[in-house]
Amino acid sequence: MNSSPDQIFIGAANRLAPWVRRTTGRRHVALAVAGAVVLGLASILLDQYRDYQMAEVAASAVAVAGLTVLIGLSGQISIGNGAFMAVGGYVAALLFMHLQWPLIAILVVSTLAAAAVGAIFGVAAARLRGPYLAGATLMLAVALPFFATRFSGLLGGDQGLGFFVTVPGFLGATFSPLRWQAWVNCGAALVAMVLLANLVRSRIGRSWRAVRDDEVAAALAGINVARMQILAFIISAAYAGLGGVLLAVVVGTVSPSLFTLSLSIQLLTAAVLGGLGSLSGAIWGSILLVIVPTYLTNVATSHGLTQATSSSIPILAYGLVLILVMLAFPRGIAGGISRLIGQAPLSDSESPTAPPTSWRRRSPAADRKEKGRT
Amino acid sequence: MIRSHPARMAAIAGLVVLSLAAAACSSSSSSGKPGGGGGGKTPLTASAPGITTSTITIGSHQPLTGIAAPGYDEIAPASNAYFQYVNAHGGIYGRKIVYKYLNDQYNPSITSTVVHQLILQDNVYAIFNGLGTPTHLAVAPFINSEKVPDVFVASGCECWNAPSTLPDTFGWQLDYVREGKILGNYIKEHFKGKKVGVFYQDDEFGQDGLKGLTYELPKSQIVSKQNYDPTNTKIGPQIAALKAAGAQIVVSFTVPAFTAIMKLTMLGLKFNPQLVVSDVGSDPITLAGLLASFAKNKTAGFGNSLTQGIITDAYLPSTGQTSNSWIQLFNKIHQQYLSKLPLDGNVLYGLSVGYTFVQAMFKAGRNPTRQDLIDAINGGIPQGVVVAPYAYSSTDHNGITGAYMAVVKNGALVPTGGVLVTDDTPTGAITADSTPQPDAPASGIPSP
Repeated sequence: MNSSPDQIFIGAANRLAPWVRRTTGRRHVALAVAGAVVLGLASILLDQYRDYQMAEVAASAVAVAGLTVLIGLSGQISIGNGAFMAVGGYVAALLFMHLQWPLIAILVVSTLAAAAVGAIFGVAAARLRGPYLAGATLMLAVALPFFATRFSGLLGGDQGLGFFVTVPGFLGATFSPLRWQAWVNCGAALVAMVLLANLVRSRIGRSWRAVRDDEVAAALAGINVARMQILAFIISAAYAGLGGVLLAVVVGTVSPSLFTLSLSIQLLTAAVLGGLGSLSGAIWGSILLVIVPTYLTNVATSHGLTQATSSSIPILAYGLVLILVMLAFPRGIAGGISRLIGQAPLSDSESPTAPPTSWRRRSPAADRKEKGRT
Repeated sequence: MIRSHPARMAAIAGLVVLSLAAAACSSSSSSGKPGGGGGGKTPLTASAPGITTSTITIGSHQPLTGIAAPGYDEIAPASNAYFQYVNAHGGIYGRKIVYKYLNDQYNPSITSTVVHQLILQDNVYAIFNGLGTPTHLAVAPFINSEKVPDVFVASGCECWNAPSTLPDTFGWQLDYVREGKILGNYIKEHFKGKKVGVFYQDDEFGQDGLKGLTYELPKSQIVSKQNYDPTNTKIGPQIAALKAAGAQIVVSFTVPAFTAIMKLTMLGLKFNPQLVVSDVGSDPITLAGLLASFAKNKTAGFGNSLTQGIITDAYLPSTGQTSNSWIQLFNKIHQQYLSKLPLDGNVLYGLSVGYTFVQAMFKAGRNPTRQDLIDAINGGIPQGVVVAPYAYSSTDHNGITGAYMAVVKNGALVPTGGVLVTDDTPTGAITADSTPQPDAPASGIPSP
């Protein structure tokens, strides 16, 4: 394949550079537009399976982005974001089944529904810290799927509900449904990422970091700590909800076994692998989570291992990758990449400097250093 | 997001190049050609995606790890053992079967991923025996949209019988409604007026089974219906409720682990009703192992002593029938290709469904397209390894239509009556099927 699309794209980006540099918001929009062009081209040039994987990565990236902001910036933890994904997914499937709403409305309303559930839980969460918060969110991830079997008439029980996104007519009858799913998911993910990137750079994002680093200091500076924590929880739940809808688009159905505890743990793993608090890290972590198991299964089966052995290898490798990334890049892939390409120290919004202080007190020296930078 | 522009561009460009390279490596699908009718001398061609002149590649999603794995992870290796036997004895019109089954951990999201991979990347000819209701429901529409044969789903859900919406999907095992009806019919005849309690898994398996049971049993005879969630092993309250209702017979639509837990819970409550267990949860070998492990009792024969007298139904010959030609054939294949696993109900299932697939492939012709396989099954499959006829037609995609009743004695199923067949409607009659089951072919391979 020739690289001309990339060259055109880079040339155009260079001409736009002065306009783009003026504000953070514009930069994020420009970046998203560039991303949309690249992803659109990629989805046309590549085969359908890559379309499917792109849609998978997009769904995961949105959910992971919400979680990484919650943990990395606001200093709270959630092992229950899979449950918010379930809320988004089920609301979407219900709207699709009973009201036949247009897709865009379904995306927005399901996201808001997950945010509403997140708000209720966030009020409770703001009173909890560290392992207690982790335990409470864990409970959510374990308990929520039971609603589907308890109210099986409405929610379809173990079988779940169908959610089939059809290709709009103007694209023609031969347009691949998988490509359309990739476009829907990547489009939604890009919009969501721009909004989140702007939020992280805003006063709210700064307040979150202040709360994360020292709640007392933040309160003294006039920040309403509880409100900020609840807001972070709502945003995180909303993004999980949107991720859940996008996951439903990919899978074509929602069911309790889709939103298991292991999904919540996977989100956490992707956030940590990518780099806590980093949005680009959320994308890297998601790519790793989607690509690595498939790749390893292929490698394992093509090397003549028995199916029973090769099916266990991705799970084993998953653990190994996690250990290796943590050893080599303690700040995740995003932190590792910026270190490898010799970039100046990342700003706080890009990557956390340490685990949230709600888990571990930081040294006064580190605090001083942090304050000197902001 | 990364801060400086050049770095970001480089990263994005790098990603594009990488994915392009990866795409270049994956092969594209070959176009289908009209299939040959089975004439002896027609040369073999690559007549469909997944079919070459020497191989037929098929794929599946199976729970090889995770909650559903114990027991069910034996099914695909057993099917594969049968395929290896066929491959070693001439294959299907000379082609060898390559069976690629991927682990979905019984998680629909992973099922979706692996099935997309199998169809779009590995270009399998068909999806065979995909296991599980929620898992397979997530992929059946996609498989059908790609016009890939979706044959012999490993689940008794009635949802696979939908020729208008899922024309390429076929069930195989006895569906749960028919099974419930056959169990209900037996109780009606043999335990007239006795109080019946029902213990069922709270999903389509248990609910469909219960539905079939109530088609046959008078409502007044069922004194209590208790369900369980497969993720919660604490079932004491439900069993106590069955005991309190005075149930003399307990019918259970349970998976093997919960049959075992139910039996042990009953022991603890000194509650000893006659158990009637659905085929899904009654394999004596699996049960004995589970009972011994749950009760931490290593005494020889402990498990068998607890399964003694359980009444069940079965649609495959019993491994205890050593004179049955199918069991003899499967014993031989088992010893040669699969000696690491016990010859239990799951292995028997895998071998049998593998046999059915080979039957269908022979019928599809020498150079089959994907549609040829669909047409072959729509035209009906001869009975072969299962005890009752198949329902297959262009308007019915259910599989096996009947079963025989049996009782567990000394760790093996002993048939107590002839084969009964029925349909899945509330009023459809249950009739005896006196046609004897055909013997296994001497070669062990169905004739074309």
